[in-house]
Amino acid sequence: MEAFGLLLHGFTVLLTGKTLLLMMVGLVLGIFVGVLPGLGGPNGVAILLPLTFTMDPTSAIVMLSCIYWGALFGGAITSILFNIPGEAWSVATTFDGYPMAQQGRAAEALTAAFTSSFIGSLCAVLLITFLAPMISSFALRFGPPEFFAVYLLTFCSFVGLGREAKHKTIISMALGLLLTGIGMDTISGQLRMTFGSTDLLRGINFLVAVIGLFGISEILLTMEERLALRGHAAGISLRVILKVWMDLPKYWVTLLRSSFIGCWLGITPGGAIAASFMGYNLAKRFAKDQDSFGKGRIEGVFAPETAAHASGTAALLPMLALGIPGSGTAAILLGGLMVWGLNPGPLLFVEHKDFVWGLIASMYLGNVVGLVLVLTTVPIFASVLRVPFAAIAPMIVVSCAIGAYAIQNAMFDIWLMLLFGVVGYVFKKIGIPLAPFTLALVLGNRAEDAFRQAMIGSGGDLGVFWSNGLVGFITTLALALLFWPLIDKAFGRIGQMLRPAKA
Amino acid sequence: MSSDIEIVVEDPTAPETDSPAVASTGTVDVVVSLLLLALAGVLGYDNWRTGMSWDESGPQAGYFPFYLCVILGAASLYGIFAARRNRAAAAETFVTRAQLRRVLQVFVPTLLFCVMMQFLGLYVASFLLTAGFMWLVGRIALWKSLLTAFIFTAAMFVTFDIAFDVIMPKGPLEAAFGY
Repeated sequence: MEAFGLLLHGFTVLLTGKTLLLMMVGLVLGIFVGVLPGLGGPNGVAILLPLTFTMDPTSAIVMLSCIYWGALFGGAITSILFNIPGEAWSVATTFDGYPMAQQGRAAEALTAAFTSSFIGSLCAVLLITFLAPMISSFALRFGPPEFFAVYLLTFCSFVGLGREAKHKTIISMALGLLLTGIGMDTISGQLRMTFGSTDLLRGINFLVAVIGLFGISEILLTMEERLALRGHAAGISLRVILKVWMDLPKYWVTLLRSSFIGCWLGITPGGAIAASFMGYNLAKRFAKDQDSFGKGRIEGVFAPETAAHASGTAALLPMLALGIPGSGTAAILLGGLMVWGLNPGPLLFVEHKDFVWGLIASMYLGNVVGLVLVLTTVPIFASVLRVPFAAIAPMIVVSCAIGAYAIQNAMFDIWLMLLFGVVGYVFKKIGIPLAPFTLALVLGNRAEDAFRQAMIGSGGDLGVFWSNGLVGFITTLALALLFWPLIDKAFGRIGQMLRPAKA
Repeated sequence: MSSDIEIVVEDPTAPETDSPAVASTGTVDVVVSLLLLALAGVLGYDNWRTGMSWDESGPQAGYFPFYLCVILGAASLYGIFAARRNRAAAAETFVTRAQLRRVLQVFVPTLLFCVMMQFLGLYVASFLLTAGFMWLVGRIALWKSLLTAFIFTAAMFVTFDIAFDVIMPKGPLEAAFGY
């Protein structure tokens, strides 16, 4: 029970007035970000990142992760009350949440959503508490070949398992990896792809790209839509909360199933979106009366919300243990780690115990505080939607600009941000996914370094990636995932040939 | 319940739904693929010059980026053919005229803001952007726009420049006040 002792230590790191205050600020900002149109988890974290540049890493990560929890909670408010999913992973929540609100059961639906979010996150945090230290201590034995194999596995699983067109995922990833190569080559000291420009010498900063890709482009996309809405915001009374909580045990199978799906898809790069739909569909398939789904059934809120939050939280597990983000937001948090001078990866658990366990403790505390906060303040946050977008849009633009400039104090970064904003807008509209791009940007340099260090170690022999059982297994798995669609098809055909009568 | 409040937000300048399309998704797809192909070509050439072969200590500096260019180029080429083959998806509207107008309504001010930032400093530019955008694009009363912009800019200045020591570009106005 070493983890338990360390966790208690984490709580003591956390329980100072300043950290708790930052936590509340983070949660409130996060709920704002989740409720407002045109903003969401990754954008919010990216834009607010510069606020944390001068903080110590623990306070910074506590505040940023609380923004993330807040955004997750906030997304549910708009989906249930107004049928506007603030985030793609809240889409499944609208199926039953909005009908419930129309039937005058909004308070019940909101309580269900918040409570199940809380349960989902809690499951994932428990997983992180006990699994992350184990994985990281295992990964301490990794050398460059193993790390490269793990990076390869991450990239390949995006290509092989992603639902977007394969060539578009590849374009997005290759472009991201290429951009990380710009600037000084860390191993040979040569300049690459700078074309004599002194601004390109520093390379393209990951956070500048993210602020443009997610912040600016999201405003452009939001402007395209009709921004009118109509709905009721209801306060939640204690009676309703207790009523929903009394019913909770009845739905334990749904909650458990969704938590499991969420944790699994969060660790693998499947993501919260897939998790919420899968949670919803499975709850529906196993239900006795499937027709009542979509007409305001409370289970239809429990299932996707639990899964989405479990997944959103579990995405932090590979980030903490291996330095590989499981989601876009985790990638941005990872970018933050590097700004604060921390080196993500298994060594984090050894060198920065306070930081890691403070973060994990803040996941517990942040979710509890967040739950209480949203349950008591829903009407206030819902009325934020009354603020016209014309007032919010320029403020977001200014915040993005501050964020992009603050990273390296360079005007060039502002122009880059604008360029990435346009790129993000166009990419989203023609279906080139941005998640692989973000992942490639944050991991690119480290993947290349690991590869070349492995090559120097082995004298240029590619066999080093199959030199022992572990690295061989990961490399082979990575290649299998890359060609998974083909393998899947082949298996399907063999299966068909073996039992032709069944068709 | 007593705390029940109705929330209604109108959008007077919303894009019309029957606006004609400016470009189809297929066209944009092909244009983007061509641009990416060109980028892959330019970057690929530069990496070839840097050195993309394999010496005794492993790959040279340009090795990785060069082959990434090859992959990017190949995927873009494939993208061109895929876009031409899938006609149903390609015929979808990329953006309508009304939508494009709204997007430019936010993009052009943002561009101006970035230009102004270099001469006037971030905070003055931020005040002008917020007030101007609210008044001209959002059709919000002038006094409300000016007041909101002032409060927002002042709050940003206090938060970043004073409380968090994040230094932003400044212009003549800040200089007059001694910052």
